[in-house]
Amino acid sequence: MVKLILRKQEYEVRPGMTLLDALKKNNILPEGVICTRDSELIAEDEILKDGDVIKLIAAISGG
Amino acid sequence: MKCRICGQKAVVNMRQHKLALCKDHYLEWIPEQTERFIEKYKMFTREEKVLVAVSGGKDSLSLWDILQRLGVQADGLYICLGIDGPMSPTGEGLSYSSESQRLTEKFADERSLKLHIVDVQKEYGATIPQFALKSHRGRGKPCSVCGLVKRHVMNRIARDFGYDVLATGHNLDDEAAVLFGNTLTWAGEYLLRQGPVLPGTPGLARKVKPLCRIYEREMLAYALLRGIEYIYDECPFSVGSTSIYYKQLLNRLESDRPGAKQSFYLSFLEARKSGLFAEREEIQAELHLCPKCGQPTSAPGLCSFCRMMSR
Repeated sequence: MVKLILRKQEYEVRPGMTLLDALKKNNILPEGVICTRDSELIAEDEILKDGDVIKLIAAISGG
Repeated sequence: MKCRICGQKAVVNMRQHKLALCKDHYLEWIPEQTERFIEKYKMFTREEKVLVAVSGGKDSLSLWDILQRLGVQADGLYICLGIDGPMSPTGEGLSYSSESQRLTEKFADERSLKLHIVDVQKEYGATIPQFALKSHRGRGKPCSVCGLVKRHVMNRIARDFGYDVLATGHNLDDEAAVLFGNTLTWAGEYLLRQGPVLPGTPGLARKVKPLCRIYEREMLAYALLRGIEYIYDECPFSVGSTSIYYKQLLNRLESDRPGAKQSFYLSFLEARKSGLFAEREEIQAELHLCPKCGQPTSAPGLCSFCRMMSR
């Protein structure tokens, strides 16, 4: 499985799908996050592999 | 997805520009764009003294970094708001101000940059949450008081140290969210004042927003790729704020229609330029000088900041 982590929330998706599809499947807007794997930025057409841990970093800030 | 310039693997895709770039070309592209907008909107010249308001967040630290890379001599201003400890509503963000100050000082030290630090509690006798409790502004939420204090301090430091320009890290999402809120209520006076440059007046430095054409997500990518350490946690008082809600709504629109946020902001600037709204001078109220602090204010007598301080 592939794990997506956004702040304290974790999501699991099946390997083989694109990052964009994984975000959409979990109702996460790609416009609101930057995605990293092993601290490297990855684009949304990246195919996710079994065991991947994708850290999502929220872009929106306020104040 | 490949970098449009070199064909290597792209790390950032900007659908609104139909442009994907690799790390190296992205890190060149952002300063180029920023420089383009500084020139396009006539924000400042190389001869002018620039003060950057830095909060420890990704946008302001990235702006300072970009200005350095562009060869602009810019000093920093950090305002310690005193948002630490159990007064925060969520119980989180217990070290929000102290951590953001630490990161800002580290950034400045590593690059040998000049940083002004103003501690609101030390200089004015109370933290922002304490001022908010005493004030009628903002119905108990400190955001209104915070804005008032920050504007006052930024203007004071710019005036006292002779800076021509005050630069802030507002990005396109910030601007689009403010515009959206002001449009929903047709807040005409605010709409007239919003833009990449707020001209200076006697006693007030010009205010500029060099990142106003760059999406928030792109600024995050820049900060990460440059290895800039910034405070990731939200200000505890901004949780659930209207501005964040508007940003989320606009991102939903952007997701369906890439470029919608940019188009919203740019067509507003165009409309204003082509005369859709009255010229600012036509409705601008006469400015008076506050007898206590000397900063311009719209009505005779003490300015809002000095009125709050005198309570």
